[in-house]
Amino acid sequence: MTDGPRTLFDKVWDAHVVAHEPGSPAVLYVDLHLVHEVTSAPAFATLNARGLVVRRPERTAATMDHITPTSPDSALDDVARDTLSTLEKNCAEHGVRLFAMGDARRGIVHVIGPELGLSQPGMTIVCGDSHTSTHGAVGALAFGIGTSEVGHVLATQCLLQRRPEPMEIRVDGQLPAGVTAKDIILRVVAELGIGGGTGAVFEYRGAAIEALDMEGRMTLCNMSIEAGARAGMVAPDETTFAWLRGRDFAPSGAAWDRAVARWRELRTDDGATFARRLVIDAATLEPMITWGTNPGMGIGITEAIPNPDDAPDASTRAALQKALDYMHLEAGAPLLGQPVDVVFVGSCTNSRLSDLRAAAAVLDGRQVAPAVRMLVVPGSERIKAAAEAEGLHHIIVAAGAEWHEPGCSLCIAMNGDTVAAGKVAVSTSNRNFEGRQGPGSRTFLASPATAAACAVTGRVTDPRTLSR
Amino acid sequence: MERYPVPLVSRALLLPHENVDTDQITPARFLRGTSQDGLADALFHDWRKDPGFVLNQPGAREAQVLVAGDNFGCGSSREHAPWALVAWGFRAIVSTSFADIFRNNSLKNGLLPVVVPPETHRALFARVGAAPETELTIDLDALTLSAPGVAPVGFSVDPFARHCLLEGVDELGYLVGFDARITAFEAAQARTHGESV
Ligand code: SF4
Repeated sequence: MTDGPRTLFDKVWDAHVVAHEPGSPAVLYVDLHLVHEVTSAPAFATLNARGLVVRRPERTAATMDHITPTSPDSALDDVARDTLSTLEKNCAEHGVRLFAMGDARRGIVHVIGPELGLSQPGMTIVCGDSHTSTHGAVGALAFGIGTSEVGHVLATQCLLQRRPEPMEIRVDGQLPAGVTAKDIILRVVAELGIGGGTGAVFEYRGAAIEALDMEGRMTLCNMSIEAGARAGMVAPDETTFAWLRGRDFAPSGAAWDRAVARWRELRTDDGATFARRLVIDAATLEPMITWGTNPGMGIGITEAIPNPDDAPDASTRAALQKALDYMHLEAGAPLLGQPVDVVFVGSCTNSRLSDLRAAAAVLDGRQVAPAVRMLVVPGSERIKAAAEAEGLHHIIVAAGAEWHEPGCSLCIAMNGDTVAAGKVAVSTSNRNFEGRQGPGSRTFLASPATAAACAVTGRVTDPRTLSR
Repeated sequence: MERYPVPLVSRALLLPHENVDTDQITPARFLRGTSQDGLADALFHDWRKDPGFVLNQPGAREAQVLVAGDNFGCGSSREHAPWALVAWGFRAIVSTSFADIFRNNSLKNGLLPVVVPPETHRALFARVGAAPETELTIDLDALTLSAPGVAPVGFSVDPFARHCLLEGVDELGYLVGFDARITAFEAAQARTHGESV
């Protein structure tokens, strides 16, 4: 327990420490445990082997997203079918709620958690998936865990954790037109580097963050892990409460009022200290895009690709050169105008309704360039239905893009959707590691608006230059 | 879990890249399926297509130590990354830093992340690069790393994780021991939230 003024992180952490023996990590209670098909099977197997049961099945929810098909030609193979049926069996045996194929609430785990109101302010939330940081957008402490830890949480609803340190990421001022939450986070990761947040939990603050809607905050928190942070958080406010109210699993009636009263306390106290700090002036932001092979290799879209010769040391020089070689790019050249083969709008970073609207707004009345394949993959069944209700799919299909079933799809390329070797994708997902979207694939990460702009021109394009 | 060897004495392989991410350690397409079989084949699968890659060197399978660049294991939470490294035969990774989740996952699987200062890291690369048969000695009990021609250095490991490794006990057993306190916590939380238990 921290004395004196506390940060948002401190408050949530302190409220969940079950025990803390000297010399040992804290036993931290988990309010919500989200499960998906890829990282859970060995954890259930451990439970079964030891004769343990799921301690709080009602605090556990499972979905299918990583390997699920998003079109008839990415159909299930035997391995995938076995993985999904294993999850079904495990959930049935242990009484865990599962949003299975065909369920109108199914979707990417980090999309449906907030969407269904499962993820709430002040909660501790874990999942065997690093982008669990997404749920921090509602003011929760949410982080990814490994499969052994999935077993720990299933059996005990607890985890052994060393306390991370809070770090302030402050974005002051107002975002310029055409700049989105995705651009903020790509800039944060570029400034910190992909290890710069190791050991930290980010709290995003400042006027530009307060002005973001919930979906933007999710995009922001989602990629905290890309700077190495365990989690990212935004203090819950009226925007949060208005967004959560009435969702399937949100409290209602008198319980809602009690919850909101509790949630209002979840703010960093004046005078609380952060271990570290990064301050960005929103006015200096422009649409961002990555050129290299990790998410920290991002630049403003009008900037030149970095030159390894300018790097401060030999190992950075070597890393930049290796990335340039893999990406077939030339140091010092502009990224604008680079040809593009595939455009992907989707993933737990950018597959929500506002993301699909942003992409559709660019596509409306335009055509995807003939050489480009564009896939739009909504994050959940609900989002797909909502997008169709407002006709976004018509705009997308009329422009020559593909409209898919919900899932992770090209973000991780393990469901049959892939980018071929040597091809270049502009992707709204969160990782551009070598081969992430298929062996030999090359990835530029960007916002939905930027991705859609690239699709219509067939080249890396600044979305602000497509006039209406 | 078996007890961690004290000391671990082994030759090492060098991976001179920074920010080696979990997509390189175990590409996602090898995460399909529900068992850990075959993960040694998945390890660095795409990089192994290069005949010059360090895992393709003669005798590479005998090395129990990998010396890699800064921020090793960044990226996803997939425990397949340490599983594959262990399946290959590695018991320790030496670097100047590790990504958080990877470090946690490794410690739970008998794979020791050893953080050394940059001078030691450079010295190890120079020594093992020049003499690949060089054996490193990593002592988890004394928390020291040494090798011929390299100044011995101490390292730190979370004391609890070290205890678990040395004794061969696992964290799940430890956590289950808190059952009564977890129940008490749940009751207290329900009261604060104004719920009936
Ligand atoms: S969309 Fe991508 S990052 Fe998100 S959960 Fe799926 S695979 Fe992971």
